[in-house]
Amino acid sequence: MATKSTGGTEKTKSTEVKKKLNVLIVDDDPLNRRLHEMIIKTIGGISQTAKNGEEAVILHRGGASFDLILMDKEMPERDGVSTTKKLREMKVTSMIVGVTSLADQEEERKAFMEAGLNHCLEKPLTKAKILPLINHLVGA
Amino acid sequence: MQRQVALIKQSLFDQGYLDEQFMELEELQDDANPNFVEEVSALYFKDSARLINNIDQALERGSFDFNRLDSYMHQFKGSSTSIGASKVKAECTTFREYCRAGNAEGCLRTFQQLKKEHSMLRKKLEQYFQLARQAGPKETARRPK
Repeated sequence: MATKSTGGTEKTKSTEVKKKLNVLIVDDDPLNRRLHEMIIKTIGGISQTAKNGEEAVILHRGGASFDLILMDKEMPERDGVSTTKKLREMKVTSMIVGVTSLADQEEERKAFMEAGLNHCLEKPLTKAKILPLINHLVGA
Repeated sequence: MQRQVALIKQSLFDQGYLDEQFMELEELQDDANPNFVEEVSALYFKDSARLINNIDQALERGSFDFNRLDSYMHQFKGSSTSIGASKVKAECTTFREYCRAGNAEGCLRTFQQLKKEHSMLRKKLEQYFQLARQAGPKETARRPK
């Protein structure tokens, strides 16, 4: 079941996020969902979570929309590659950032990007990794 | 007591149990989520216990499905990376190498070591969090060099 959490606008060390970003976190690992949720909250965004790609697709079919989607690659039910392709077929225009492991091969990353990602980041996600993308998104 | 807490935490880094990712978690913790790091640690140990059980059962069956074992260990390594569990992560990497080589004995040996490191980390973090709760709002240790 998808869950929602709220954040607040906060000053960060390098920049202030002016607009409250709405983020979907898609990851089968509850630890990563909690971690990414906290990162988004810390930089002033609000987030919802989905346990796998299928939940993410169902959310969008129900009319949900997001500024940013953090998409894990390896998930049961529907993986990150399949989910990204499906969302793009559904005309979802959100920024989709793939989250990969260091162990992932170059070809796997390439296939993930070609599914329709805007960017790819390596785990573990940190504020420092994600802030430049988010600032680009909100035009800060 | 604050100093004792800081020393215990520093020793976890010095002995290689934790890496910089743990500091990232601490930096995310705030007044609204004062137990965030402990919460995330609890999630880690709950999920890793499940994975250890799955791998134990798979190894006990005797027939080594290296793809399945590698898949379990991929998840385990991912969680260990997210929490900064450095020694556990290293054993996960070694195990996956043995899976790729089809080396059953290597897998068994490495898994025993992994369980040992995991258990040790759990004990040390439990001790750390218990002391930290007693000490009250904690100072952040210096980022290890």
